[in-house]
Amino acid sequence: MTADGCGAPAGGASAPATAGSQAVVEGKVVHQGAAVSTGYARLLGTGDEFVAEVPLGADGGFRFFAAPGSWTLRVLAPGGLRAERAVQADYGQVTTVEVAL
Amino acid sequence: MSRSDVLVDADWAEAHIGDPHVVIVEVDEDTSAYDKGHIPGAVKIDWKKDLQDPVRRDFVDKTGFEALLSERGISDDDTVLLYGGNNNWFAAYAYWYFRLYGHDKVLLLDGGRKKWELDSRELSTEVPERARTSYTATDQDRSLRALRDEVIDAIGKRNLVDVRSPDEFTGRLLAPAHLPQEQAQRAGHIPTARNVPWSKAANEDGTFRPDDELRSLYEGEAGLDFGKDTIAYCRIGERSAHTWFVLHELLGLPNVKNYDGSWTEYGSLVGVPIELGEAR
Repeated sequence: MTADGCGAPAGGASAPATAGSQAVVEGKVVHQGAAVSTGYARLLGTGDEFVAEVPLGADGGFRFFAAPGSWTLRVLAPGGLRAERAVQADYGQVTTVEVAL
Repeated sequence: MSRSDVLVDADWAEAHIGDPHVVIVEVDEDTSAYDKGHIPGAVKIDWKKDLQDPVRRDFVDKTGFEALLSERGISDDDTVLLYGGNNNWFAAYAYWYFRLYGHDKVLLLDGGRKKWELDSRELSTEVPERARTSYTATDQDRSLRALRDEVIDAIGKRNLVDVRSPDEFTGRLLAPAHLPQEQAQRAGHIPTARNVPWSKAANEDGTFRPDDELRSLYEGEAGLDFGKDTIAYCRIGERSAHTWFVLHELLGLPNVKNYDGSWTEYGSLVGVPIELGEAR
């Protein structure tokens, strides 16, 4: 993961996360028991306000460094597959979300 | 300039795979995406390694841009079709470079890599071999690029569009939520800037919203004065290149600049004014 880019880090959340002072939201996406390696995870705020988006990694993983608060996680994948989960982020914590499409 | 001159859809791209006069270029930060699979025949540009000066904080100069395009086998008279991940952030950033250095025949693929993937279109891992060219760029068109002194002078006079997320704009975060929170010394935004996150210009699949909706977004909801000159900024200048593309290329506003120094520069300057919270 690069720290000075605005854009996508290397896909997925393979590197171990230590929250430190950050509010981390991470997880994996599966479909019929297999990791979804092509797709996108979006973090949305109140009223569907876009916050961030990452491509899923080879293991179906994703990770966000959010502000503390309540968020909606939306996953998009080929074939019109999609899912949404409500998530809570807090400083110093890693919130883990598993998503089955 | 209108939408059809600068933006093409995936069907157009598919129809021009193998066209000797069209070079398809994927631009990403995470170039492992290209290695995993790309539009057949596409070459890659790494936004950092290829487009940034390796020592100074600046982007490649004219000579460097010429060397890059020559090495990638791109000629002055080729049509260049750019696409990439992150809803085309880096492809739009590269598009802005091509315009800065005088390459007129440049297009953006609507929806970029994301829509291509979500549509399950063909991806290839084969890396094309293109014969070296002798590319000649023009001097930078400075009418498209804002530097810091011009930005400070624009406070309260021109439209300043901060295209970061609301949390970055108000000062709750220093970086997008998928990156560690570091970089600029101070959080907040440039006084008098309007916050129009880049994402409001895009649909969920990464395509751009229709022109009438875009016009209403910037002129109506955000209250930009289209009669004034405009400077767009974000954190390092690529999300704002996406908005620059919308305002200058799609909507055809004449005087729109991208401030590529953006918040990582402005938020670390000594003595400049900063606002926190909502726009005033």
